[in-house]
Amino acid sequence: MKTFKLDWIILPLLGMLAVLGLWEISSLTWAKDLPTPAKTWEVSRPYLAEPFAKRGEMDQGILRFIWYSLILVAKGYTLALIIGTPIGFMLGLSPTFTKIFDPIIQVLRPVSPLAWFPLGLMLFLSAGRNASELGALFTIAVCSMWPTVLNTAVGVRAIPQDYLNVAKVLKLSRTKTLFKVLIPATLPYMFTGFRLSLGIAWLVIVAVEMLIGRPGIGGFLWQEYNSAIYEHIILCIITIGVVGFILDRLMSLVEKRFKTA
Amino acid sequence: MSNNYVELSNLSKVYPTPKGDAVIVKDFNLKIQKGEFVTLIGHSGCGKSTVLSMLAGLNDISAGGIILAGRELSGAGPDRGVVFQSPSLLPWMTAFENVMLGVEQVFFTAGKQERREIVEYYLTVVGLADSMDKKPAELSQGMRQRVGIARAFALKPKMLLLDEPFGMLDSLTRYELQQVLIELWRKNKITALMVTHDVDEALFLSDRIVCMTDGPAAEVGEIMEVNFPRPRERKAVMEHPDYYRLREQLIEFLEVRAHRQPAAQAGPKPPVAPVVSPPQPPVEKIPPSADAEKFSKARLNPA
Repeated sequence: MKTFKLDWIILPLLGMLAVLGLWEISSLTWAKDLPTPAKTWEVSRPYLAEPFAKRGEMDQGILRFIWYSLILVAKGYTLALIIGTPIGFMLGLSPTFTKIFDPIIQVLRPVSPLAWFPLGLMLFLSAGRNASELGALFTIAVCSMWPTVLNTAVGVRAIPQDYLNVAKVLKLSRTKTLFKVLIPATLPYMFTGFRLSLGIAWLVIVAVEMLIGRPGIGGFLWQEYNSAIYEHIILCIITIGVVGFILDRLMSLVEKRFKTA
Repeated sequence: MSNNYVELSNLSKVYPTPKGDAVIVKDFNLKIQKGEFVTLIGHSGCGKSTVLSMLAGLNDISAGGIILAGRELSGAGPDRGVVFQSPSLLPWMTAFENVMLGVEQVFFTAGKQERREIVEYYLTVVGLADSMDKKPAELSQGMRQRVGIARAFALKPKMLLLDEPFGMLDSLTRYELQQVLIELWRKNKITALMVTHDVDEALFLSDRIVCMTDGPAAEVGEIMEVNFPRPRERKAVMEHPDYYRLREQLIEFLEVRAHRQPAAQAGPKPPVAPVVSPPQPPVEKIPPSADAEKFSKARLNPA
């Protein structure tokens, strides 16, 4: 048991050390522009040491940037769930609905966020100052809702006939059937969809922020690229990864709670 | 007691297929009196469950009709309590909540406390007083089916429909639950129709046993009266002088006459020899004092 615990800490550390070594060697040999790990740490320190500092629009502590990005993600993601879950239910419940819309969904699903964004901006041009924010939300929602749609649909189709028979025999009303039988039976699948959707939403946010140049982790990354401060790009990449990882872990904790039987 | 509380007339089930209609059940006629316990017995796949699920409203009726308590049935409803082969409990609800789901539907005018008492009463009667707040995953298969039985009775239904309710249980648990069921049935005087392929189960529980011929186009083959005195006790039933005669008669029907083709029905009985059926234990050789275990071995379709 004790060795197992040590493994749990030592082995990941070994992996990290290996990557750091590779990074160090690369920046010393073939990639002269790549800052070394030590240099990256040094230059990034102000952003990490004072995570909530606000020195200017695009010069803020890292947690502040994360916070901005998370808020935008939360809005777009919520939108995605609100739109995606009912669509998933309809796909799962009605074969006709599936036949009508499944081809469209399959075609729209692989479209990149970069392609959606201009359309989003155009759609909300009339909103004036808010156009870029609305366009961003549109892009996040459209890109991230597909796992929710598809997993919910699969979940609804997988509801055992036994449960539906119980609802039928007890003559539950449509609402009661939905809330007492269909939704609880689908929840595990729905949450798998929600978790995957959140991952995509977080992926999309960076692209979107780069395009609208708004303060946030993606906007910061793009600005620092333009100012050729490569240490900060690496800082952003690591931050995006860590935040994405934490979000995924949190969602799987919630997901586990809803696993029934 | 009015006659013919339940009437199934010319009940048929036909599935249209590309190769023509597949007739599962054809012109099934049966009358059940109020408070009677009737069992449908027949080989697996003969269509007995189809009859039951049409009665439950879970399967559309192709032709014919069903009258329950003077009214023609259409669709499912909680006036018929169904006990499914698998307990069919909703796994995200406790035993209490599973029973309550139905009670709320039927006793919507009753107060909260009253409904609570109904649910608690039936769960207690089936022996789950201490497990009401457990989820199905924490209950054994037998306990789950107890919840299923409690759920059906708690609806105070006009009729009880049991679809091989003990088919998934081991024989000891099956005997226990048969006892639970027969006690509840006797106290509540609910008209019941059960589907089974277990000869001993049918004899122990029923007033009448309806033997179905093999499908396709299954129909009523023979009807057998079972007149063991009630309340019944397993040992007394098995020692009853008629038990063997009835049992043999049933098995003989299932082994031989159930296989008759509908066209040949009017003709003479086919000889015993060419009948293809799984070898059965020689029933007549079991001494009358044989214990329950031996009977279970002689079941037609051992699980």
